[in-house]
Amino acid sequence: MNTYWKFGLLITAIIGTLAWLAAGGINDTKTYYKTIAEVRQMGQQGMEKRLRVGGDVAPNSIVRKGREVSFTLSQDKLRLNVVYDGIDPLPDTFKDGAQALADGRLGPDGVFRATKIEAKCASKYEAKPTGVRPVSSRPVS
Amino acid sequence: MENIGALAILLAFCFAIYAVIGSLVGKWANRPLLVVSAERAVYCIWALLTTAAGILIYSLIHGDYRMSYVWEHSNHAMPNIYKFASWWGGQEGSLLFWSWLLASYSSVVVFKNRRKFRDMMPYVTAILMVTQTFFLILVAFVAKPFNVWQEGHLIVNLGDGNGLNPLLQYWTMVIHPPMLYLGYVGFVVPFAFAMGSLITKQPGEAWIKTTRRWTLVTWMFQTTGILLGAGWAYAVLGWGGYWGWDPVENASLLPWITATAFLHSVMMQEKKGMMKVWNVVLVSTTFFLCIFGTFLTRSGVVNSVHAFAQSSIGTYFVTFLAIGIALTLYLILNRLDFLKSEAQLESVLSRESSFLFNNLILLASCFAVLWGTLFPVISEAFTGEKISVDAPFFNRVQIPIAMFLMLLTGVGPLIAWRKSSVESLKRAFMWPAMAGLAVAVTLLGFGVRNFYALVSFALCTFVGVTVLIEFYKGAHAIKSKTGANILVSAVELTHRNTPRYGGYLVHMGIVLMFIGFTGKAFDKNTTVEVAPGSVVKLGSYDLHTYPVQQTQNENYAAEMLPIEVFKNGEDVATLTPEHRVYIASKQPTSEVAIRRRLNEDLYLNFAGMSADNQRAVLQAYVFPLVSWIWIGYWVVLIGTLICLTPAKTRMVWPRTQVVGIAGTHEHVEK
Repeated sequence: MNTYWKFGLLITAIIGTLAWLAAGGINDTKTYYKTIAEVRQMGQQGMEKRLRVGGDVAPNSIVRKGREVSFTLSQDKLRLNVVYDGIDPLPDTFKDGAQALADGRLGPDGVFRATKIEAKCASKYEAKPTGVRPVSSRPVS
Repeated sequence: MENIGALAILLAFCFAIYAVIGSLVGKWANRPLLVVSAERAVYCIWALLTTAAGILIYSLIHGDYRMSYVWEHSNHAMPNIYKFASWWGGQEGSLLFWSWLLASYSSVVVFKNRRKFRDMMPYVTAILMVTQTFFLILVAFVAKPFNVWQEGHLIVNLGDGNGLNPLLQYWTMVIHPPMLYLGYVGFVVPFAFAMGSLITKQPGEAWIKTTRRWTLVTWMFQTTGILLGAGWAYAVLGWGGYWGWDPVENASLLPWITATAFLHSVMMQEKKGMMKVWNVVLVSTTFFLCIFGTFLTRSGVVNSVHAFAQSSIGTYFVTFLAIGIALTLYLILNRLDFLKSEAQLESVLSRESSFLFNNLILLASCFAVLWGTLFPVISEAFTGEKISVDAPFFNRVQIPIAMFLMLLTGVGPLIAWRKSSVESLKRAFMWPAMAGLAVAVTLLGFGVRNFYALVSFALCTFVGVTVLIEFYKGAHAIKSKTGANILVSAVELTHRNTPRYGGYLVHMGIVLMFIGFTGKAFDKNTTVEVAPGSVVKLGSYDLHTYPVQQTQNENYAAEMLPIEVFKNGEDVATLTPEHRVYIASKQPTSEVAIRRRLNEDLYLNFAGMSADNQRAVLQAYVFPLVSWIWIGYWVVLIGTLICLTPAKTRMVWPRTQVVGIAGTHEHVEK
């Protein structure tokens, strides 16, 4: 067999295997970004797909019970109850008022079962006094 | 003060434009003085940016809270070292840091090569300075580090600042960003030389020889940066992971992969004159991936746990990337004739072929990482739905890739150039393969059933043994000639051919790191609420908890949970994980306590108090073999440093033939 054919076959085999692995990996782990409103509309579908829902953690809604942590995500006036029972500890930035992303599936009872939580601290820039704004430096007379 | 800083940046921007125009016009119009003035402009930019950076650092350390950057990223209570690190703690400062590093690199390049490559240097300077101009546009007009707070028409001082993100207040975070940036920025130089030699139609060898060492140094910085990041995540984030396939982590990995591919395929060009187009493509890809990485980190285009501010600088990066890639492609296609291969592939069983597959696999890996990282963007563009993929996707693709690479790491260095027979392969690989198999069978006997773990340990043994045999064979030959003992002979051997044996050491380090990665398959963990005096069991450990203690300093308030650790009934240590709340930012962080040992780490995280505030929430993990990752890194570092050391033979040769070589050298130059 011609050397170039051999190389061609080997390369195709390798790329093919990897593409097959990648396609499987994508199908198994793909997560849809949804807002709370969209989750509400999804109904049955929401229980089958993995979802990632974003929102603010409603103040005073975090309750820890053993490994489980439950809280409420809010966006404008919509609310979604979430129960987290994943293995990884919750991030330090996860607290009242933080922006959070919850990964998981919607349960039949309408409660969102999260297996992963990401959080960003939203309060950092609110501490700035009002009326103050950054400007380029320029000489002040 | 801030006015001087802003002015310095503005001047640097003007000088960068001048350097581009000066070197190009000087070259085309044949005005050497203009070229020289452009080179001097490069030094000036460095001086100007150093001034600007100095002012920023001074303001950070002395707490000038009129400045918005200082207020947002520093505060009075932080130790000076973190105040200094705030330089690259935020967007504006880190872009200034990028520009400053580029200016430093450019000055070194211009100074060292200004007489060597008269023909090519103006273009190299121009390409470096185009990049510099781009970053200075950002620093001077978009993300300005010298903004001050203003209320009405008055500049106001806001008293104390917000402070650096508490998660970043950790020692590796002081050096992790500079290391990564040294890596990112450094790849501009090989790219500039590659393009310079293409433009001037020089044979490929000129730029390859000059930039190989440079690439290796840059690669070393990048490796260090990535591992410091991993070490930081492990010791600070509290979940015991060192890699999460987060977009920003991926951004640092992408150019590292292509640079690794380049360091391998460059040997094909040096030894055989093959893969010339490929090498130019790899260098360019690496450079653009570095820019892309900075873009990904700084623009917020993909959601990331690295909570950087979202901002408008994304469009600037996309424009720069688009123009840059288009010009590079045009140049490569235009110069294809100069990049013809001098030899052909002859056999599947050859060194050439192993390099080819090494590159193929690395590129596939790079593409898979890129695809997974950008999947939300791609899926939104094509289906209208934003879909992300998770760590399992990356693991499923990358683990087989890593296994295959390991196999090549063992096979590649021993297989002959051009064509190798099955017989000689049998001879070379019999013992390593047997050793690998033996390890796999033994582990199977001990009850290890994880498929990838078995394959990984077998391959690690295989590669480790091939490397050891190589060292032993060479050292033994020297020993029988000189009579020195085997260790001295091994050092002598390494010294005689540093690139080769340094490279083997790097491979050895990678093997050790893989042993550490494989340990992940055997993690144990538990999360419990503990009352004082209770005992938690995990593996062979008994953890006795004590009451929570409290402490406070001006930077943070902390709760500490002392835990006495018994292993197999024996009192081995007292660990004290902490839960801190930083005063300025009111942000809580966990300080984990780790008992590091070669076989396994015991990792304790105090996750806060239970709902009734009576019991502490303790997360305990056992991570087998993690330490080998960090040990492997040190071996990689030493190996790389050996590669960079001049080999003994080369050091002796020029000394004896100095006249002849210098003479011919000058002749060639003209």
